[in-house]
Amino acid sequence: MKYESQKVALYYFAAAMGLFGVQILVGLLAGVVYVLPNTLSELLPFNILRMIHTNALIVWLLIGFFGAAYYLIPEEAETELHSPKLALVQLGLFVFGALAAVVGYLFRIHEGREFLEQPTWIKAAIVVVALMFLYNVTLTVLKGRRTVITNILLVGMWGIAVFFLFSFYNPANLSLDKMYWWYVVHLWVEGVWELVLASILAFLMIKMTGVDREVVEKWLYAIVGLALFSGILGTGHHYYWIGTPGYWQWIGSLFSTLEVAPFFTMVVFAFMMVWKSGRRHPNKAAMLWSLGCAVFAFFGAGLWGFLHTLAPINYYTHGTQVTAAHGHLAFYGAYVMINLAIITYAMPYLRGRQPYNQILNMWSFWLMSGGMAFMTFALTVAGVVQTHLQRVMGMDYMEVQAQIALFYWMRLGAGVAVAAGVLLYLYAIFGPAREERPASIPTSYQPAE
Amino acid sequence: MTERFTKAAARNIFYGGSLFFFATFIALTALSHNYINNSSTDTKSLTDAVARGKHVWERNACINCHTLLGEGAYFAPELGNVWLRYGGDKDPEGAVTALKAWMAAQPSGIEGRRQMPQFHLTDQEVEDLAAFLEWTSRINTQNWPPKLSG
Repeated sequence: MKYESQKVALYYFAAAMGLFGVQILVGLLAGVVYVLPNTLSELLPFNILRMIHTNALIVWLLIGFFGAAYYLIPEEAETELHSPKLALVQLGLFVFGALAAVVGYLFRIHEGREFLEQPTWIKAAIVVVALMFLYNVTLTVLKGRRTVITNILLVGMWGIAVFFLFSFYNPANLSLDKMYWWYVVHLWVEGVWELVLASILAFLMIKMTGVDREVVEKWLYAIVGLALFSGILGTGHHYYWIGTPGYWQWIGSLFSTLEVAPFFTMVVFAFMMVWKSGRRHPNKAAMLWSLGCAVFAFFGAGLWGFLHTLAPINYYTHGTQVTAAHGHLAFYGAYVMINLAIITYAMPYLRGRQPYNQILNMWSFWLMSGGMAFMTFALTVAGVVQTHLQRVMGMDYMEVQAQIALFYWMRLGAGVAVAAGVLLYLYAIFGPAREERPASIPTSYQPAE
Repeated sequence: MTERFTKAAARNIFYGGSLFFFATFIALTALSHNYINNSSTDTKSLTDAVARGKHVWERNACINCHTLLGEGAYFAPELGNVWLRYGGDKDPEGAVTALKAWMAAQPSGIEGRRQMPQFHLTDQEVEDLAAFLEWTSRINTQNWPPKLSG
């Protein structure tokens, strides 16, 4: 850690990991309800569980992004944060809003559009929090060195804030509602979030492989270019069956197929950098998470997305367990793993230690990733069976669900493995760390700039 | 990557291309907006009851168990065409009565069966909800879902 103000990232990471725990716990509960449906059915019905599961995920990923930005921007801009105090106030406000939302959900206080269930005042608070963040990091970048990484990260973060504004628009016409709802949901996760992901990954590659910045930056532009060129019109794959025109079936099929390209490029990029550098960074766990992120994002967001993105296929699979399979692996591979990678990389610096608990951390990687992979396979098979019985044979929904009950048991088992991996990860990151970092050892490998 | 492909070129392609695709997207969305208002949905019959019904749908977070036009949670049946499953296109009054009875009977309490909560809806709210589901069933969804089963 070269700049004192990077320390605020520590608080962000801690808050993010706390909510990660909530997300996984409630996810496990929801998994139990799938196989033992009377569990808590009156006290905490499934719709509330799922709301908390998805909202906690989105919020902790965002807190992680904020933390990552506060960690890497001072190093990139070569200057202290504009205001570390504002960053902490921002975190306090955001965590308060998140907890208020969760507690509110438990008492059935929510709005009713998927993922945007936050009451309006919390949505407004989110905008305020985003503005505080953007003000803080933009001023930091303006007074310091500008790099491609900070530029792309800022474009991504500004995009997140701008597209969130569509969450305030809720027309009475369901088709219009759905069309603009995707302006938040799709343009986030298949648009500007990818910019944040790619810039964090590029930062990690520069730091850990020491490959020349010029090379990394060209790759970064190529990746984010591919992401937006395919992802923006790729929104069309959500516009097949909601009352939107038929031309989206052509546009959506073509461009969302191309959405595989940025993820594939990310895999090539990450492995090329590691292979070219020949250096071995001492934080092996962070390297494992970074490479794992590229690979799992390619499988989860890329391949599993392509699996059901072509309109003639999606006509049958839309809104089945196939979608659930893709959703789980995509979020894990792309956004959970990049957060866990930057946290694993940054924590030794933030705590003033040599890389610690590496073996435990890597075990948590394999437990979590193995669990998520198995969960995805189980849900994919469930989805294929469901698609055939319900969409081809025309069998009743509930009868079909009884046919695929076995896969929900498998999913729950996979969920238990993931939860164990999360516990292990939290212990590896926040638990006791032995060796202190001697002052004389450089804090990171520096690229030849 | 070769030297001819400079960083400045990469940057220009990124920003220029993104703006181009975003502008295209906005234009196509505007066309779609128009299409929804004039062609695929029946805006004339979008009454206050339908709008109120949509809020009943939202207030009770139905989307976090059910799908509506394929979007939502996958824990309970698709409801975009539930009006047709209830035979509402042939006997609307019968469908509303059946919906009222269904909502009143929840949760079923049957062991081993997924439970739908009791939402304590008034008669008026169920009627509004029915109006919303009826209106939704008439959206031109390019013939989705493939089967009545949803």
